[in-house]
Amino acid sequence: MTLVQLTASGLRKDFNRRPVFSDISFQLRPGQTLAVAGRNGSGKSTLLKIVASLLSPTAGTVTLTVGGNEVPARWMFRHIGMVAPYLHLYEEFTALENLSLIDRIRGAAHTAAEYEKLLAMVSLERRKHDVVRTFSSGMKQRLKYALAWMERPGLLLLDEPRTNLDADGISMVRSLFEEQRRDGIVIVATNEEDDAVMCDDTIEISAPRRGGMPPPAGEGS
Amino acid sequence: MKKGGFLGVTAAVFRKDTSSEIRTRYALNALFLFTVTTLSIILFSFQSSTVPVQVHAGLLWVLIFFAAMSGLSRTFITEEDRGTILLLKLSTISTPVYYGKLLFNVLLLIALTAILTVLYAMVLPGFIVLSVPTLCISLFLGTVGLASASTIIGALIAKANARGTLYPVLSFPIVLPLLLTVIRATTIAMEQEGWDAAMDEYRVLISYILAINAASYLVFEYIWKD
Repeated sequence: MTLVQLTASGLRKDFNRRPVFSDISFQLRPGQTLAVAGRNGSGKSTLLKIVASLLSPTAGTVTLTVGGNEVPARWMFRHIGMVAPYLHLYEEFTALENLSLIDRIRGAAHTAAEYEKLLAMVSLERRKHDVVRTFSSGMKQRLKYALAWMERPGLLLLDEPRTNLDADGISMVRSLFEEQRRDGIVIVATNEEDDAVMCDDTIEISAPRRGGMPPPAGEGS
Repeated sequence: MKKGGFLGVTAAVFRKDTSSEIRTRYALNALFLFTVTTLSIILFSFQSSTVPVQVHAGLLWVLIFFAAMSGLSRTFITEEDRGTILLLKLSTISTPVYYGKLLFNVLLLIALTAILTVLYAMVLPGFIVLSVPTLCISLFLGTVGLASASTIIGALIAKANARGTLYPVLSFPIVLPLLLTVIRATTIAMEQEGWDAAMDEYRVLISYILAINAASYLVFEYIWKD
């Protein structure tokens, strides 16, 4: 794993002139974890997409540094693993094929044994040759964890990490979380109190009023 | 790219799209149905008529154009519709994705054009070609140009809501210079012998391919980002 440092400063996002959030800043070093909380529609997922460089912020910057050198936005994906409900898999391929296809598209070449190990980690080894279309939503969520974990990312972004998971799945997520926080960064967007308390810090985001001013304290959170 | 290299990642995107198409047949079914339907209509319409050379060339390219419109936009639209585009964005940069999909579209359209032209010549005996090399060069350049334009327009409209109507409407003005030139080159292939009779048309087609690909390279990064 490459050690990364993440700095977000003055982030603001508007959709069609409607402000979603504004003035969000934080800095995370290896070993630090952050929970992002807020109402439905407050922009938790949008914030994670901006951090992952999947969306551009209306204002503000996200900087990822490796060994003191800033990583250009278009190359940030190399250091990011993400699990989110809106991230979908190739359902016409098997679990094993999804891993190997994405691995090749990432330009890497893990061995078959490494794929097997990843699938065993998420308890999908017995279904590795089944097409993802036949998977339950919980199994798809597990496969997303395997994909996110394949490159041992410096920054792990989890959006509603428990979605569709059973007790074993939640336990697996906790293990990954603890493993990642040893020397990596984790950001969790969640409405679950249990997820938030695992993190070192929490930011509560709420929609600013039109014109960009944040709402008064206590409103919207 | 450091790890797999640009060509390796482009090939990986191409392989993924090819395997996906073989399994799902999103584009193949549309192309097959379109080809059978339109060829049947043309066959019944012109069965006993003598059709001028220019009409044959025009008809052939109308077939290829609309077949391309019905199938080629799907490479980006299916990624967007199924939500897999985010997985790609988290896996690589924009350029190899674009060129992997362009390669897939070019090869698919070359295969389709070859099949369509052979079928067209079989069902319409009036389609007589004096210079096969001119026809082959024209079809190849026209197909590469059409696939290039279709790929970038497909990427653009994948973000829009009214895709069905937007695609041919947006494509028409962009591919019009290509269609006019390639129809002229195909007409020359039917009227004159010698592969170099349509040299001016080849130059225009090559310029079109270079221009559309240069513009696509510059534009796609912005489409990819948001």
